[in-house]
Amino acid sequence: MSEAGQGYGGRVWAELRATPRANWGLNIVVLLAVVAVCADLIASDRPYYLNVGGERYFPQLRATGVALGLAEWPEELRNADFRALASQADAAWWPPIPYRSTGVDITGDVFEPPSAEHWLGTDALGRDVAAGMVHGTRISLTIGLVVVAIQATIGILLGGLAGYYGGWIDIALSRLFELMLGIPTFFLIITVAAIFPPSIYAIMGILGLTGWVGIARFIRGEFLKVRSMDYVTAARALGVGDARVMFRHILPNAVAPVLVSMAFGVATAILTESALSFLGIGVPQHLVTWGSILSESRGSTFAWWLAVFPGAAIFLTVTAYNLLGDGLRDALDPKLEVR
Amino acid sequence: MLQYVAQRLLLLVPTFLGVTFLAYAIMLMAPGDPVDLFFAGGIAGGGEGISTDRLAEVQEAKEALRRDLGLDRPIPVQYALWLSRLLRGDLGESFKDRAPVWDKVRDRLPVTIVLNVLSLVLTYVIAIPLGIYSAVRTGSRLDQISTLTVFMLYSLPSFWVGTLIIIFLCGGDFLAWFPPGGLRSLAHDASWPLLQRMADYTYHLAMPLLCTTYAAFAALSRFMRTSMLENARQDFIRTARAKGVSEPMVILKHMLRNSLIPVITILAGLLPALIGGSIIIETIFSVPGIGQLSYQSVLARDYPVVIALFAASSFLTIVGILLSDLALAWVDPRIHFGRSSA
Repeated sequence: MSEAGQGYGGRVWAELRATPRANWGLNIVVLLAVVAVCADLIASDRPYYLNVGGERYFPQLRATGVALGLAEWPEELRNADFRALASQADAAWWPPIPYRSTGVDITGDVFEPPSAEHWLGTDALGRDVAAGMVHGTRISLTIGLVVVAIQATIGILLGGLAGYYGGWIDIALSRLFELMLGIPTFFLIITVAAIFPPSIYAIMGILGLTGWVGIARFIRGEFLKVRSMDYVTAARALGVGDARVMFRHILPNAVAPVLVSMAFGVATAILTESALSFLGIGVPQHLVTWGSILSESRGSTFAWWLAVFPGAAIFLTVTAYNLLGDGLRDALDPKLEVR
Repeated sequence: MLQYVAQRLLLLVPTFLGVTFLAYAIMLMAPGDPVDLFFAGGIAGGGEGISTDRLAEVQEAKEALRRDLGLDRPIPVQYALWLSRLLRGDLGESFKDRAPVWDKVRDRLPVTIVLNVLSLVLTYVIAIPLGIYSAVRTGSRLDQISTLTVFMLYSLPSFWVGTLIIIFLCGGDFLAWFPPGGLRSLAHDASWPLLQRMADYTYHLAMPLLCTTYAAFAALSRFMRTSMLENARQDFIRTARAKGVSEPMVILKHMLRNSLIPVITILAGLLPALIGGSIIIETIFSVPGIGQLSYQSVLARDYPVVIALFAASSFLTIVGILLSDLALAWVDPRIHFGRSSA
């Protein structure tokens, strides 16, 4: 790509790629996203391919189809024990981690340290930690992204309204922002998570509803600065509606720094969700998350693998998003060109 | 200035009322109530296998308890009663054991304050010199190492570090350098000499202190360094050097003073923790402080305790923001009160 033909986004992207730390962050973020999307292909107790007496099956593929409502299980595979089936099969291709994250292994060993069979060991119920980690990636990333999407939507909307209209709307919304700042957020989250029935959606909701003030205040400031500029006046003089002026004309000029807080926001949301799982509140019992595996190690301090691996995953993810946030901030700030 | 402070102080009131009412409403709107929780303890399975008239008796007892605790009234009324008691200096009684909330808080306050004041002091004592060093010797080996370390620490979840410390350093199958929790040894006795008692407390609080400190330290150093570097590039620094101001003066007076802004903003954020404690760290290390009390009360739905602690930490959060605004104006003469502050 030639330097001259680059837009703002292209320049930021190139700078992000050229900074080793930001580039690492980006790579890890992409890797985690791939793991999250392909979790079922990496860790599953259904083989990819099964050949029983000449009959060919693709159980993992079919499971995905069933989950999407596109396919049905054939009669002979309904509630089948694939491990037993595979032992009589002519051919069986397994995913790299042939376990389900939530599968309680009654025959297997509980608290088994990392071994060739269970790469990262098993927990108190004989569940495979590696499988739990892979599927936990999906939960963590979903929570991180959904929470940040909620925060950005609320923040941009309320901040934009306050900054664009000013007057009593601004006064009222600014009081609301102040109120939100006065809330001890983690305390509130713990309280809500503990007294309402455990649900992953409730966690997303409460995290999303509490963390938007930073974005709102920033957007408000930007809108205040920009609303009397010539191009806004010109747009309005041409009869462009308020909503269109706000979202088509002003927002694109103010939104880039929001990306920085969104990157940090993902890190914070994942950290908070893990902390809640760790404390054992808010996240349903049957769900295996990084935080829930980590919390199991609290009662069984000999099982170091229950603490080391999920914690490392949280650390890695948070680091990656923080690196990305740092890199974005530097790339977006023209003042920092010279280092 | 005085008018601005008065105005801000007045604005504290509606914010505080709003936050506490919100907390009250959320708690009391939650499905199920503390009374159900108490009775669930006594009657397993929610009354299965109990005859109908026994069940009616239980219902009656529940209603009586609700009336007794004031839970039968509408939320706004309960809130108003709570507020009027608060104004008279009464925080109410715990649902759990009917002990005054204030007594519970008072028992736990010293540990939390000691832990967090120490952590705060350590944080600043390490972070500020390190920030100065990083800015003065940018790109040096030590600067690179410290920047990387700080960045790692910043992303390191304290509940992970705490758990690892317990597993690997506090007994268990590995090293037993520190106790896995608590405040003092079993043999701890008031008749011990002061020094021995102090040593015992230090031994128990060292690891929780480490965990609370490193997180705050990482946040502070990061901002400190960026801010120092930003200022180092400013024209007024060059001017100061050009007119012959000595290097230490340039750094301390010109660079550092202007870099204090984030230091102050962060202090405001740390203030609530001073009393509120760290819920996670205190829970991991079984430190009998306010953080642990918050967690236990939330789990037990001990609303009077929860609401009191919530109100206290909300109050400190608001005051922290106010103090940081005032302190900012004090270090930065360019910030004026009134007109530009919205």
